[in-house]
Amino acid sequence: MTLDFNHSPTIDQVGIEERVARFNTRSIKKQTKVSGLKLALNMIDLTTLEGKDTEGKVKQLCMKAMHPADDIIGLPTVAAVCVYPSYVSIAKKTLGKSGVKVASVSTAFPSGNSTREIKLSDTKFAVDNGADEIDMVISRGEFLKGNYNFVFDEIAAIKQACGKARLKVILETGELSTLDNIRKASDIAIYAGADFIKTSTGKIQPAATMPVTLVMLEAIKDYYLKTGVMIGMKPAGGISTAKQALQYLVMLYETLGPKWMSNEWFRFGASSLANDLVLQLAKEQKGVYYSKDYISID
Amino acid sequence: MHLEVQNKKLNKTMSITKGTPNTDFNWEYAPAPEAKDHAKLKKQYDLFINGEFVKPNSKKYYNTINPSNEEVLAQVAEANEKDVDLAVTAARNAYEKYWKKMPAKERAKYIFRIARVIQERSRELAVIESLNGGKPIRESRDFDIPTAANHFFYYAGWADKLEYAFPNRHPQSLGVAAQIIPWNFPLLMAAWKIAPALATGNTVVLKPAESTPLTALKLAEIIQDCDLPPGVVNIITGFGNTGAAMVKHPNVNKIAFTGSTDVGKIIQKSIAGTTKKITLELGGKAANIVFEDAPINQAVEGIINGIFFNQGHVCCAGSRLFVQEGVAEEVISKLKARMETLIVGDPLDKNTDLGAINSKEQLEKIQSFLKIGVNEGLEMYQSSCSLPKKGFFCKPTLFIGAAQSNRVVQEEIFGPVLTIQTFRTIEEVIEKANNIPYGLSAGVWTDKGSKIFNLTSKLRAGVIWANTYNKFDPTSPFGGYKESGFGREGGLHGLMPYLKF
Repeated sequence: MTLDFNHSPTIDQVGIEERVARFNTRSIKKQTKVSGLKLALNMIDLTTLEGKDTEGKVKQLCMKAMHPADDIIGLPTVAAVCVYPSYVSIAKKTLGKSGVKVASVSTAFPSGNSTREIKLSDTKFAVDNGADEIDMVISRGEFLKGNYNFVFDEIAAIKQACGKARLKVILETGELSTLDNIRKASDIAIYAGADFIKTSTGKIQPAATMPVTLVMLEAIKDYYLKTGVMIGMKPAGGISTAKQALQYLVMLYETLGPKWMSNEWFRFGASSLANDLVLQLAKEQKGVYYSKDYISID
Repeated sequence: MHLEVQNKKLNKTMSITKGTPNTDFNWEYAPAPEAKDHAKLKKQYDLFINGEFVKPNSKKYYNTINPSNEEVLAQVAEANEKDVDLAVTAARNAYEKYWKKMPAKERAKYIFRIARVIQERSRELAVIESLNGGKPIRESRDFDIPTAANHFFYYAGWADKLEYAFPNRHPQSLGVAAQIIPWNFPLLMAAWKIAPALATGNTVVLKPAESTPLTALKLAEIIQDCDLPPGVVNIITGFGNTGAAMVKHPNVNKIAFTGSTDVGKIIQKSIAGTTKKITLELGGKAANIVFEDAPINQAVEGIINGIFFNQGHVCCAGSRLFVQEGVAEEVISKLKARMETLIVGDPLDKNTDLGAINSKEQLEKIQSFLKIGVNEGLEMYQSSCSLPKKGFFCKPTLFIGAAQSNRVVQEEIFGPVLTIQTFRTIEEVIEKANNIPYGLSAGVWTDKGSKIFNLTSKLRAGVIWANTYNKFDPTSPFGGYKESGFGREGGLHGLMPYLKF
């Protein structure tokens, strides 16, 4: 198979937006709603990526990840905690055997403007400290210049450095400007060895949107139809309500099907979403809305 | 479901799948029925003539049913020749007495008022439309009713600007318009007909289709509430002979018909030699053409929307798919996968994509075409969805490997049935697309603008959509070539058939 990313399928923006509007008219109720809310909670990568992060903050986040709200029966843990490489070891230690994974951003996150050596050592440092997953950023400058080989090779090199850790490739769709570019970048990442493709760092607006996510899901679908290999998807940033999360799940279900409906294959990069999900689940169980003061804010 | 369907074979040979998929997760959409209690229906509906509901001279009533469960919704009067005469006379009197003399801007206020009340009662109208016609509530709520209101709003604006629309041509109204509409978009078609007629100063006798009279009768109530002068709009119900009496009535100045090509031909014959003006919007068998360079995933979406919108009961439905050979396999497999996600069932459920077929006769007609297709040796593919036990339903269907000579390609089926043909060159597809008695609409899918403009000038169709399908707007004219009829509805062009210059 020869690969030419200049010939990635084209995207019709109007068509994409119409399809998204259709997902949003699906009515999710009762048992489906409860299992959807729980699933969404179980798919969250609880994230803290700030300059002012401390060990204490990361520890608190890990506690929240393991115990979203213990007074509500049957809540799952979140999928992972996502931190900077320097906090991987403390997160790993705090989470212990809870099953919650540790994800680390790397490759000069969020800009990605650094040398290959630094990006590789950044990745290795995180993996050596016990990261289960690596969230790398692509070099958007090189991509926009049309230097697709550079982007491809870089992803392939980082993938090698990851070893057993799963690699999520952040496209930073807010900087790619067109849906055609987003599709192209998705194809490059997938063919270069990404286990997951991810929309955004959360540092650039717009972050994840449904049209962008749909374009990426279609890239995953086309790859699966060609090869039978599943790739994961992670929209990140901008998803803060339970309603939005359910709409994403409808889109996931109707685009890729039930096989993808687990945190193996789909994640939400979000922090405030968890509490809205907890609030809605509490309402489903107790019949009334909690005051927000009942839910921990870490 | 979905991808697994086509990937069974792949998985056997290539089990590279990393990790364990979550197979036990079940995500069924719970039933989400729209409430019916705010839709108020009378047990019996009379004829709306001269501003009030009157008993029919025929003394006959017939049942109108809900096609999704075959239950009777109401009894509707059957108008005979005498009733038609009363209605036309009422319209004539109203024309001479009020409507013709009224200043145009006053006329506009009435039309505007109708639009507002349709908006106010949109929920009730949407529910009744879905109950009586079988179309999914998602469509009646999001498309039919809002677009109907928009038509009234749009033409209200034209009423006092006709001199500017046709400068120095002295546009004048015709008189009484007899309007006969089909069952696929009952209220919307009524709006398409009534709004321009009133805006141009004509009065109206309208007959809805026999199987879907209820929203038109609700519109009669709205017109009553809007306090239109009596007789400006008359709405009478009945079968084919009621329509025939309207067409033949000597006091009618203008006939507007939307429906089948066969009936259109009969109407045209019966008014030969009279001065009656006529517009016909008839059948179609649109080509939906997908080129190799199209955005394939969106094209698949457009094909689905093109043929399965309103169960395929759309005269401009994209019922003949032409796919360029290089992408045919991909398009067909993606179409099949997408069809699996379509939900067929209760029209009032908000999650339903395809509702009920409008009538038993129509279902039988579709089924006979399915048999014809199979007997012609075509590969038939239907989605694996289950159908409700009661009511009239049909699975979304593909005929793969069809040819121009197949009857399922040549004849209008008016149901959720898509034929798929492949082509190699642009000349070939233009020739095949035009090789049909109809010419209402067509679709083109390509990333290349020049290709689109080349095709728009060569395809013999009234409406051509590029990289989209089934888009309607009050400002845009709609109508056909060849046996799909003549005259345009919508937009500035839609005023002309109701005016003399």
